[in-house]
Amino acid sequence: MGDAIIEAVGIEKSYPQPDGTRIQVVGATNLVIEAGKIVALLGPSGCGKSTLLRILTGLSQPSAGTLLWHGRPLNGEMPNVAIVFQSFALFPWLTVLENVEAPLEAQAVPADERHKRAMRTLDTVGLDGFETAYPKELSGGMKQRVGFARALVVEPEVLFMDEPFSALDVLTAENLRGELMELWLNKKMPTSAIFVVTHNIEEAVMLADRIMVLGRNPARIRSDFNIRLKHPRDRKSPRFVELVDYIYKVMTEPDVEHVMPDAETTAEIILPPGGLAEAIQKQQAPVRTAKYQMLPHARVGGIAGLLELLHDRGGREDLFRLAEELVMDVEDLLPILEACVLLGFAWLKEGDVQITPQGSAFAEADIQQRKVLFRQAALDHVMILKQIDSILKRKSDHSINDEFFHDILDEHFAEDEVLRQFDTAMNWGRYAEIFDYDRENGRLIQAEPPVASENQANENQPSVPTPKS
Amino acid sequence: MPHTKKAGLRGFSAYLWTQVPSIEISFLPDLLMFAAGLAFFYGLLVVGRTWLGPFTPEVAISRSPLALPAYAGYSLLRITIAYGLSLAFTLVYGYIAAYNPRAERFMIPLLDVLQSIPVLSFLPGVMLAMVALFPGRQLGVEAGAILLIFTGQVWNMAFSFYASLKSIPTEMREAAKVYGFSWWQRFIQMELPFSVIGLVWNSMMSVAGGWFFLMACEMFVLGSRDFRLPGLGSYLQTAASEGDTRSILWGVAVMIAVIVLLDQFVWRPVIAWAEKFKVEQVESTETPHSWVLNLIRHSRGLAGIRRKTVHPLGERLMLYFSNSRSSEKSHQPSPWKVWLVRALFVALLAGMGYGVIRVAIVLTGLQKAELHEAGLGLLATFLRVNLALLIGALWTIPVGVAIGFNPRLARIAQPLAQIAASVPATALFPVVLLLLIRIGGGLGVGSIVLLLLGTQWYVLFNVIAGAMAIPTDLKECCSVFRMQGLQRWRKLILPGIFPYLVTGLITASGGAWNASIIAEYFHFKGHIYTTVGLGATISQATDDGNFDLLIAATMMMAATVVTINRLVWRRLYGLAETRFRLET
Repeated sequence: MGDAIIEAVGIEKSYPQPDGTRIQVVGATNLVIEAGKIVALLGPSGCGKSTLLRILTGLSQPSAGTLLWHGRPLNGEMPNVAIVFQSFALFPWLTVLENVEAPLEAQAVPADERHKRAMRTLDTVGLDGFETAYPKELSGGMKQRVGFARALVVEPEVLFMDEPFSALDVLTAENLRGELMELWLNKKMPTSAIFVVTHNIEEAVMLADRIMVLGRNPARIRSDFNIRLKHPRDRKSPRFVELVDYIYKVMTEPDVEHVMPDAETTAEIILPPGGLAEAIQKQQAPVRTAKYQMLPHARVGGIAGLLELLHDRGGREDLFRLAEELVMDVEDLLPILEACVLLGFAWLKEGDVQITPQGSAFAEADIQQRKVLFRQAALDHVMILKQIDSILKRKSDHSINDEFFHDILDEHFAEDEVLRQFDTAMNWGRYAEIFDYDRENGRLIQAEPPVASENQANENQPSVPTPKS
Repeated sequence: MPHTKKAGLRGFSAYLWTQVPSIEISFLPDLLMFAAGLAFFYGLLVVGRTWLGPFTPEVAISRSPLALPAYAGYSLLRITIAYGLSLAFTLVYGYIAAYNPRAERFMIPLLDVLQSIPVLSFLPGVMLAMVALFPGRQLGVEAGAILLIFTGQVWNMAFSFYASLKSIPTEMREAAKVYGFSWWQRFIQMELPFSVIGLVWNSMMSVAGGWFFLMACEMFVLGSRDFRLPGLGSYLQTAASEGDTRSILWGVAVMIAVIVLLDQFVWRPVIAWAEKFKVEQVESTETPHSWVLNLIRHSRGLAGIRRKTVHPLGERLMLYFSNSRSSEKSHQPSPWKVWLVRALFVALLAGMGYGVIRVAIVLTGLQKAELHEAGLGLLATFLRVNLALLIGALWTIPVGVAIGFNPRLARIAQPLAQIAASVPATALFPVVLLLLIRIGGGLGVGSIVLLLLGTQWYVLFNVIAGAMAIPTDLKECCSVFRMQGLQRWRKLILPGIFPYLVTGLITASGGAWNASIIAEYFHFKGHIYTTVGLGATISQATDDGNFDLLIAATMMMAATVVTINRLVWRRLYGLAETRFRLET
């Protein structure tokens, strides 16, 4: 134990922009993968955790920092690792057996031995009898077993897993996780460490000996702790629940101090929340981290739904319970929550979410009224919508090319994030009737503001029925 | 005793009957395969003797139906060799374009331009060069024809391969990288399988196009020289020139037979085989079948040969490349290689510069009258091509929609239309021309008919496919709201088939421009039939050996086609991809 296989020292990843500056995706990060341990990297989607995984495996090069393999730098060689992919990444035209043999062929293992080793591995993961099947004949769970077999057959020193269970349904994922842990705990796996990337808190707590929580923009380790819970872990045990709850709070409210779990029995904090970023502040010359307001990718429908639910529950609810009840991952719930907070419809406190008076008003309003409230909130709080509104008002033809806003966003975000930011902004802006968007010609045109409030005051009887939640 | 003997005989025949099927199953495939091998070997001998034989400038084309099998064989062989070359070129070109970003930036636009150059205007230059290259051998003319077919069919294949390589999922690539695949293993297990389906469909299109050009260039006059190759195309042209209806019918019948056989013995098995390369999550319920493929799969002899040759060889190659990869250390290419590449690049640039300057000199030497004629011709051909497209669209849209909406009709009509479409229009040109002359129409109108003959099928097939792709719930929705007649066409059918229609029209338009070269100018029974048009200008210049005008006219045509593609078709295609895409 404690023997470092992979050590990342101050690795960063940034992409150069045409204007000479760089957009940073992964901030300076130190990380160690030790023998005999399962390390989980936990973070919301699009935070750069997959990028980090690809740097650690040698698939992509860090822009700064060094990657040490048993204390020595890698010079462009591929280390002895394997990856289990979220999309399985099997070759559909090869049979199960051929898929598992492929990495051995790459190592020039002779046919007989190849066959023997592949069959043995297939046996381990419970795929005997499926050798001649093609991947498309298999269910998702079976496909991922092939993915595991292909990874294990090369006897990797470190097994990397990139969201290995998130393409599977809940039961299959649970089953596969259990079998994985059984193999690992009984030392039936020919690998000395596992590194798993996930957005599922329970999954991380279930599997890992050590969890690192990643923040975004750029990715950096927010919090880091060893898990002291004994295997097999019970989801319902109070310590398990307490730890999940704690991580929930760390992820949703990174700037607040939280009550830490018991170090002896549950988790030993290595790096308190909010830690590393301050510790390493030296950065390359003109690196711009996203100072521009980043929109959470939530649709108006989701925001409305959450507010209605909160309103029905008396305005305050525990986050963890809320997620559990909605059967939603943080991944899906978090952006909606963030959007509510950003628009001033709700605020977060000590792991609870509290609806604001504006939020309550929105939840109670009818369709037209909601648009008015949303427009108000959007123009008050959302920077890009504010910009669009003022430009449209000033221009004589009250319309503008969307390229303009792409250019603004380009300066602050990476390429695909620009598209998502723009998409969300369009969704909100159209709903709020700040503008119409003509996608074909790429033009934003000023819209008539919604007039439901006067309508209601004047006519007293709205023709639109009030929606029921 | 007779009685027992009879019973015995009957018993024996019964025994035979029970045995025959099992004999059939185990030996028939092997026997067939063996026979095929023998026939192939004989064919090789004959071809070698002819091609390496002395050049016969005036090959007499026999009109006897007995000569037809041999002619068909020669034509088929030319297509096959040209296709092999195209495939090799495709793999190299696509690979470089997909992996070398610097090369990609000029290789892909280049493909676009090359695709638009009318192949037939290359004919004279290519022929003369090849004959000069193999003096005194029949091989020169053959090589010319093959090279020409090659230029006609290679571009869309190269583009398809490049596009497939570009669309391999990232995680699949990462898997190949993280597990240390060698270059060879990556190619065999990932890149080639991923591109197979696209390659197969484009190969079918290319070979169909190959027939089109082959028929035109098997018999062709350049100034005083008459180049003839024994083949189906020359047979048909000769028969039409002589007005020999019986021979024409024989020729067309053999042509159709060859195409049907090709379909049964090559394309269908290949499509059924390619099915396993489909990237799909769930197995589809309806898969294409081919009895030939089943035969090959069940042949024990072939399986034995495969086990003894292909498998060990594949294994050897795989291990060889894997070993050489694990021993290779540096990724830095040696300096002399870098310099070699640079030198090649500079040489290429210099060659291109020289060519451009020469062409410019040639163009300045043109007479005003010639340019004027070419300009007028451009206008005439432009009108003719678009009129042909319009007429084609006008009849194919209603017919195609009717077929597409009616599955029973589709089952009957589709194979028929496929056969009709697969007969290369150039093979029928002489026949149609014969009819036109008898009826008494000039080539001005006649050429439109000829263009239509070659291009309407693309539109028809795409319209049928489009009509079949319109979801049933949308059709039902129209019925519920009682949308009928014009409204139904405007709201449902036309938008629904739009993407398919555009695809069909793009292909048809390119084909029509190319076909205009043969459709507007024709040697027939010793006369020259011609009409005003850019295609006629090109053919005329070819005949007179006026290379200056030939280059100028070819450039005009290529420029026009590229411009129309950029200005019209690409925009319509963009619209089809975004607004008119039926999403699920």
